[in-house]
Amino acid sequence: MTLTKAELADLLFEKVGLNKREAKDMVEAFFEEIRAQLERGESVKLSGFGNFQLRDKPQRPGRNPKTGEEIPITARRVVTFHPSQKLKSMVEKSYHGKPHA
Amino acid sequence: MTRSDLIAKLAERYPQLLVKDAELAVKVILDTMAGTLVRGGRIEIRGFGSFSLNYRPPRTGRNPKSGEKVQVPAKHVPHFKAGKELRERVDYPPL
Repeated sequence: MTLTKAELADLLFEKVGLNKREAKDMVEAFFEEIRAQLERGESVKLSGFGNFQLRDKPQRPGRNPKTGEEIPITARRVVTFHPSQKLKSMVEKSYHGKPHA
Repeated sequence: MTRSDLIAKLAERYPQLLVKDAELAVKVILDTMAGTLVRGGRIEIRGFGSFSLNYRPPRTGRNPKSGEKVQVPAKHVPHFKAGKELRERVDYPPL
């Protein structure tokens, strides 16, 4: 069971009454607005779901696992996701098995 | 940016849509994503990232107030891995 943009667009068609074209665009725009916001260095807080935040990581020493050669891992900015308390507790309560992968 | 800012931006993008339609669209998308994780499923959004569950084994924790030991049962927690496009767009520009 893997959810993709195609299934989300189908649901917008069924439940919101957008036409197929609008539904596909809306799903794309939804994720694009979040990406654009993060690209500007701003966090995104979606109540009931979770927060996307940015984290600045300093340079640190690394190693090429194949050759053992030392190469620094450059400083970078990464996105982190923090699920809301609501989402965490819903997952904890309802799901006790193995992830479906 | 909050959920209501996102709704406003989407409504602005689609002037033919009513704000309540953008609101419903955001609700349907987020509820479906949450529901998928609650049922143990995965989410894969090309160019954005994937969500899945990570297993946390049972452990002995401590009540920080009383110092008392408590058994914390095994659980799953939602996990996000940023996709290539998102990763590249938020990172500093290459030198």
